[in-house]
Amino acid sequence: MPATPTTPSAPEPAAPDLQAPVLEVRDLAKLYPLTQGVVVKRRIGAVRAVDTVSFALRRGETLGIVGESGCGKSTVAKLLVSLERPTAGTIHYRGEDITRLSGRALRAVRRNIQMVFQDPYTSLNPRMTVGDIIGEPFEIHPEAAPKGERRRAVQELLEVVGLSPEHLNRYPHQFSGGQRQRIGIARGLALRPEVIVADEPVSALDVSVQAQVVNLMERLQDEFGLAYVFIAHDLSVVRHIADRVAVMYLGRFAETGTGPEIYDHPTHPYTQALLSAVPVPDPVARTRRTRILLPGDVPSPANPPSGCRFRTRCWKARDRCATEVPVLAVPPGATGPAAHASACHFAEEHAEVRA
Amino acid sequence: MPEPFETRYDMTEAIAPAGSGGGPMDLTTPGPQTLKGGPRRGLGRLPLPWRKEPGRRSGGPAAPTGRGLWSDAWHDLRRNPVFIASGLTIFFLVVIAIWPQLIANGNPYHGDLARAQDGPAPGHPFGYDLQGRDVYTRTVYGARASITVGICATLGAALLGSALGGLAGYFGGWWDALLSRIADVFFGIPILLGGLVFLSVVTSGSVWPVVGFIVLLGWPQISRIARGSVVTVKEHDYVQAARALGAGSGRTLLRHIAPNAVAPVIVVATIALGTYISLEATLSFLGVGLKPPTVSWGIDISSAATQLRNAPHMLLWPAGALSVTVLAFIMLGDAVRDALDPRLR
Amino acid sequence: MAARLLEVRDLRVEFRTRDGIAEAVGGVSYGVDAGRTLAVLGESGSGKSVTAQAVMGILDSPPGRVTGGQVLFRGRDLLTMGARERRRIRGAAMAMIFQDALSALNPVVSVGAQLAEMYEVHRGMSRKDARRRAVELMDRVRIPAAGQRAGDYPHQFSGGMRQRIMIAMAMALEPELIIADEPTTALDVTVQAQVMDLLAELRREYAMGLVLITHDLGVVADVADTIAVMYAGRIVETAPVRDLYRRPAHPYTRGLLDSVPRVDHRGERLYAIKGAPPSPLAMPSGCPFHPRCPRAQEVCRTERPPLYEVATADATRAFGASPGSGASGASAVSIASSASPGSGAPPAPGGRTSACHFWKDELDARDSHDALGA
Repeated sequence: MPATPTTPSAPEPAAPDLQAPVLEVRDLAKLYPLTQGVVVKRRIGAVRAVDTVSFALRRGETLGIVGESGCGKSTVAKLLVSLERPTAGTIHYRGEDITRLSGRALRAVRRNIQMVFQDPYTSLNPRMTVGDIIGEPFEIHPEAAPKGERRRAVQELLEVVGLSPEHLNRYPHQFSGGQRQRIGIARGLALRPEVIVADEPVSALDVSVQAQVVNLMERLQDEFGLAYVFIAHDLSVVRHIADRVAVMYLGRFAETGTGPEIYDHPTHPYTQALLSAVPVPDPVARTRRTRILLPGDVPSPANPPSGCRFRTRCWKARDRCATEVPVLAVPPGATGPAAHASACHFAEEHAEVRA
Repeated sequence: MPEPFETRYDMTEAIAPAGSGGGPMDLTTPGPQTLKGGPRRGLGRLPLPWRKEPGRRSGGPAAPTGRGLWSDAWHDLRRNPVFIASGLTIFFLVVIAIWPQLIANGNPYHGDLARAQDGPAPGHPFGYDLQGRDVYTRTVYGARASITVGICATLGAALLGSALGGLAGYFGGWWDALLSRIADVFFGIPILLGGLVFLSVVTSGSVWPVVGFIVLLGWPQISRIARGSVVTVKEHDYVQAARALGAGSGRTLLRHIAPNAVAPVIVVATIALGTYISLEATLSFLGVGLKPPTVSWGIDISSAATQLRNAPHMLLWPAGALSVTVLAFIMLGDAVRDALDPRLR
Repeated sequence: MAARLLEVRDLRVEFRTRDGIAEAVGGVSYGVDAGRTLAVLGESGSGKSVTAQAVMGILDSPPGRVTGGQVLFRGRDLLTMGARERRRIRGAAMAMIFQDALSALNPVVSVGAQLAEMYEVHRGMSRKDARRRAVELMDRVRIPAAGQRAGDYPHQFSGGMRQRIMIAMAMALEPELIIADEPTTALDVTVQAQVMDLLAELRREYAMGLVLITHDLGVVADVADTIAVMYAGRIVETAPVRDLYRRPAHPYTRGLLDSVPRVDHRGERLYAIKGAPPSPLAMPSGCPFHPRCPRAQEVCRTERPPLYEVATADATRAFGASPGSGASGASAVSIASSASPGSGAPPAPGGRTSACHFWKDELDARDSHDALGA
């Protein structure tokens, strides 16, 4: 696993700046207005997809963001690569706030923050050859490679991600899911970005192929010093690849910390429940594990619960949780690995729950 | 991918490990000449350190030249018998529309009332019409008006409709809402009534007012199809991916959306082409379309309709020509649509 | 021995495609008894869903076609049965749960009405009684406020709730067998756990047989009694759940187990099976797994391995030691996939099979692997 030894294990946001972060996100929020009416649109409310999310990402580091569907993790990805404009908050790339940029300046920043998409079957244009798909970044950013070198650059990229350079003239449908995801990664890599935002990059792949792609991403990180924001619903994959992990629930971070802190010493009840629910491919290990079954479903982000957003499903919920929003901070009195940021009034380790 | 179609899924997986040969790729010409400046010069100062060890270089002389969707489609079409047959038919029709005297040396206006409604005779294989004019000559000369109306009206409606509909679908917002309402208004105009009103004020007997009228009423249908198609395609991840790379609206629309959204437009447009030729016929029949002495299939069909029982050949030939034309365009549209979908190769 | 609840013998399914005939399922045999769970584990394209569709008789044909084998439901072959009779069994005695509940439910009919329709059509109940039963059923699958929600439409329910409604529909006529095709794949982990628990509970209560089709090694470990691993249209290994995870007898199973990242311990670099699954149009010669197999020898390229009976002293001991499976041994789930047509008889219940020439080496390798890890 790359970069682990140098990564400081202190929790966010109070990270000691051994290295200046490549990407620094402060109080990011995204509201989607809910409207009614066809011609005259009336605003009847808003979906708070992302609500005051903050984190920092250092060079060569992997931040895993885990959460269930609808928790806003994909919106975070879109905000990071400027596919959406945030309603509030800032995203600093190397000290520059990219949320205010547009036109040429934005395009320059985009070179450095690239995205890998979830579904390799829809993220590649079916009517473009692989060579055109991987070469498109160079056409959009002509300064990245002189015209005569582009073809060779594309072939090298194919080789870097483990595909044959002769496959240049093939179309995406001629490849398997895993190979398509490699093409998507090659496209993301073309401009030599510093940050790659990967939104569920392996969820659509078969089990035996997932491992290939995860290993490839780790190798590329070592080779090019990439920083990843790795977004997934699969806690196992995130544990494998991430240096630091943020658990997201209804648009907010519930808990953040290093891998061992989150997986072995979770203090937020949601993290605990989530970890306990993950099926483990080992019938023996499963008998040792306590399972916490959460009641009900994730509430609608259009109408989130007051106070702590998890309280409607939480077994620890009291009156205070309905009125007071818990801040993401190290719980007072926590020691050792349990001392990491957790947004719960009653954060504490659950003796029987760990992954 | 949902499970029930596992097998189809596999078809795609199938081809991948098959190595570098196979299929249309075989014909790619090796082309190191595309690497401007030659492979040697680039070695030392290549600004793209993809690998840590610069010695490992891919490509080389075996690198195939780039091909795009359009050249692949053209390559595919050239071997498609449906395309060849329909293409040749259309080429032939266009040629006789421009130079009808190439295959018919008679005069389409010359009538011999003594031979009215006579059947085929030597030198007059299709027989005579009500006024003793040669049906063969008239059918050949009629191609010009019909083909002009069909092609121009279809092109006009398709270009206008897909441009307006595509932009509306892509940008959305008030422009989309406005355009949709305008299209609805045009949809609401009954074609024949509209034709009677609009065209009765036009005195010119040429084809252009008819073409203009058909475009005016035809574009909303195409625009609706184009808009829906663009809205669907716009949501795909590859469009998002292009935007994330920094692609502007023009590139996104032309490179990513248009090629993927064009198929339904082609289908509808080629079917509409037949309808438009028939519409011209109908309008001419009603007396507001093309007017004699212009020769068109529509005029001839309408005048033959009343004589169906005693002289069926008068209807058969122009109607047959019309059917062959429509069929050829529909087949051409099908072939083009399929060629533009690499998954069907 | 009484006829088993479901026994599939040497089932073969072909698909006609533009590029030729593809053998999607090439001689699969498995069986399940009342009250037991058989998990069919495989990746996409392994033929696991096609097998289930053929068993249910909902295979799209064309392009699919059953070309051989038997599907015995309580001893009667469904494949030779008349369409009408088969339909009756399909509705009442066996039911299926799909992955995508939203597309499996009619979006313009309220869920209560859809459930009630089952009773009206199959049981000839009055509308009022059927409605009452529908609400009871929704209650049974623990949909909160079932009475009020019966009038809601599918899109008004969350994913987990919709999957519960699917389960309710499958359960409506109290079938003896349920085939669940990736029932929790589209759901979040916390909801996944709820739905799997519900399925397991219903299976126990009604003593149904459950065939669980999935790609998720974790889900299988939680609920299955027996596992059949499918690869390229064939069963490559069958084993009781614990044995399979502890000591796989096929390199493919082993590769799968090793390539899954685990939430309960952080590993080093993941083991990755090289390559991609083969296409049914271009099956490799010999063992279909040989191009990806680290253990492949010359014989694997030329000879298709039959399903060997896997006998280990260890496995026998494990079985003798477990009184539950020992007593119910005769009625336990048993499975087999026959390499040669006609020999469709499943092996001794509780036995293990492996379609690998070197299954013995694989078993031993796992032992040394464990020893190293310990």
